[in-house]
Amino acid sequence: MFYRESGVFKTSYAADMALLPLPSTRWAVAALLLLFVAVVPLVSDEYALSILSLILIAVVGAIGLNILVGYTDQVSIGHGAFMSVGAYTAANLIVRMHAPFWIAVPAGGLMAALIGVVVGIPSLRIKGLYLAISTLAAQLIIEWVINHVSWVSGGTQASIQVPPPSVFGVVLQRPWQIYLFLLAFVVLAIVGTQNLIRGRIGRAFIAVRDRDVAAEIIGIDIFRYKLLAFAISSFYAGVTGVLYSYYLGIANYEQFQLDVSINFLAMVIIGGLGSTLGPIFGAIFVTLLPIVTRRVLESAGGLFFAASDLSAVIPSLRLVIFGGLIIFFLVVEPEGLNRLWRNIRNYFRTWPFSY
Amino acid sequence: MRNVTRRPLMIAAGAMAGTWFTGGAKAQQKEILIGSQCDRTGPTQLVGTVFCPAVQDYVNLINAKGGIGGYQIRINELDNNYQVPPAIEEYERHKQEGIVSTLIWGTPQAEALNPRLERDHIPGTSPGFGSAAAANGIKYPYLFPLAATYWSQAAAAIKFAKDKLGDSLKGKKIAYLYYDNPAGLEPLPILKELQDIEGFDLRVFAVPPPGVEMSAQVLDISQRYRPDFVLAHLFGRSPSVMLKAMKQSGYPLSKVLGFVWASSEADILAAGGWPVAQGYYTMQFVGVGDDYPVIKEIKAMYQKEGKPPPKEMATSVYYNRGIQDAAVHIEAVRNALTLTGGKPPTGADVKKGFEMIKDFTLGGLLPPLQVTAADHEGGGWVQIFQVKGDKMVKATEWFQGYRELVLRKVNSTS
Repeated sequence: MFYRESGVFKTSYAADMALLPLPSTRWAVAALLLLFVAVVPLVSDEYALSILSLILIAVVGAIGLNILVGYTDQVSIGHGAFMSVGAYTAANLIVRMHAPFWIAVPAGGLMAALIGVVVGIPSLRIKGLYLAISTLAAQLIIEWVINHVSWVSGGTQASIQVPPPSVFGVVLQRPWQIYLFLLAFVVLAIVGTQNLIRGRIGRAFIAVRDRDVAAEIIGIDIFRYKLLAFAISSFYAGVTGVLYSYYLGIANYEQFQLDVSINFLAMVIIGGLGSTLGPIFGAIFVTLLPIVTRRVLESAGGLFFAASDLSAVIPSLRLVIFGGLIIFFLVVEPEGLNRLWRNIRNYFRTWPFSY
Repeated sequence: MRNVTRRPLMIAAGAMAGTWFTGGAKAQQKEILIGSQCDRTGPTQLVGTVFCPAVQDYVNLINAKGGIGGYQIRINELDNNYQVPPAIEEYERHKQEGIVSTLIWGTPQAEALNPRLERDHIPGTSPGFGSAAAANGIKYPYLFPLAATYWSQAAAAIKFAKDKLGDSLKGKKIAYLYYDNPAGLEPLPILKELQDIEGFDLRVFAVPPPGVEMSAQVLDISQRYRPDFVLAHLFGRSPSVMLKAMKQSGYPLSKVLGFVWASSEADILAAGGWPVAQGYYTMQFVGVGDDYPVIKEIKAMYQKEGKPPPKEMATSVYYNRGIQDAAVHIEAVRNALTLTGGKPPTGADVKKGFEMIKDFTLGGLLPPLQVTAADHEGGGWVQIFQVKGDKMVKATEWFQGYRELVLRKVNSTS
């Protein structure tokens, strides 16, 4: 309908290689950006902003994991631990050396990338489930280290309090300030991934994913690119960890346990592997669905259950519905929410005059 | 014709919306809202499924008796699944609904919510979990453990062992069997300091998570080290595993003391029933059993409605802890109402209300708490119960262990 490639003629290489080649996409992205930067913080209350902030943090992590799982086809269930590496690195820098955020965030990411490369070494020999188990080992080792090396974990009960970040001398304390702070990193993550994937590195990743033996034969250095995928993906995870501790005001290892790794894997798979939009949908879905389900149950549950039982029934029923909806969406579209969105978009592309 | 059939539907919908709105408006009148976070479905559901109904029962009891100072108390329970992001979302929702205080659930959740509580001036309670440093009311102004922290528990355990082993620990051997996580490690500094003071021999035995296998550690304790006393700081399934393993190895359970999360009827039943656990000492920060006036009142309330007493009461350790957590909030609200002269209190008023809690024991169910602006632990009281027959029998009255030492530790920790 509105979204049409016809009539767009590219007359230069720059136009052909632009990130957003279609004017309609450019307008859509500009409108979305305006919505999230200017309109949302003005109209949302603190509660809505807190949900949005949690989603934004999840988006960064899911996009990062997607580089590894979706584009390079390497499994990691150690991403929760990589997040904790980022979180503790940044927390230590912030508390001991009063590092500003523009040092703490990349430092957390880099340290996670370093650990990620080490953990990724087995990927050169093993694939699939075997690799998943070796990254699981990383999760356990990192948890153990944080638990026992007080030089890393500091404080009491392995938690370090992190003061809010300050940008140009302004301490970000209000919910909308933190929201915009997080939003900036999400934009960076999206633009960074888009550019990474359409460049030489991204194509190498995709070649490795599609068939690593063939990729090696056409001259792609598998050793380098597999580890690079682990490094970049862990970098994103580390940044997620730092953002998370900034948002919560604390770095605590219990926030990054195995279930977090599984959750992020779920986001990437539900959203759709191998796309930038997929993990965003996945992060929104996994974060928002339990909240929406509970709201629906709270208003409609009184019709089916006695009011006194409701508080006992809702938590259990919520898990059942959450699990059921995940299965439902994956059966409807095994390639994830992103594919579902593309199907809808393609339908409306020629609507109402389809062939 | 179409309009005619549609109209009743619209009227019905309008009426429904109307009742919802008036329902909301009524909530604004004479009601005080308290937030409650729970875990009925996550890793700590063994506790949550008993603890959370107890909270509701106590609030219902208070409301049935006419509320507090003319106000009805409403507890809005939300399940955080023992995860941090839902805890944040639920707290923000509670805040929007206008809570004056909140029951927190879970150590990482307490840590993550603490900066928010301080920012929004809403007091929260974390009885029996959270970091021990939170006992310091100056550094954690809006967080109230209101129950013996792991430091107080360790100190009380050593005091109990000392009394039991004949007033001196010199040359005695004490084993510390703990779940290998930050909570399990937390008492270690206190134990080490007491080791220097009392001159006993301390050996620590870590149980790696998930703690369902500890025959090696128990054999090490019972056959090789042969301590005079064992302190068990375990969580979840591991206390029952420990009880079974101790029984098998022949080590007398009357020389074993379980810390507060290794001490419920559910643990004993999971270990194979009461005969297995005979003699086992358990540490409690709230009384055990149903021989308390408030429990009888709740039973009477159920009876009046023609219902049997709640089945959760069978696990009285967790049930009574739920009563405690709800009761301190309501007591704080009651105190806050005396401060405001009957006007609806704010979170800051309720914080002051918490700090006025004194000798509030609900007929012996709670210890003689003395909460002050500096001491949010209320004294770090515990009581020891021993398994005898098919119930837990009181072995000591409320007592504190090495209070000065614990306070010094609390005040010197950032």
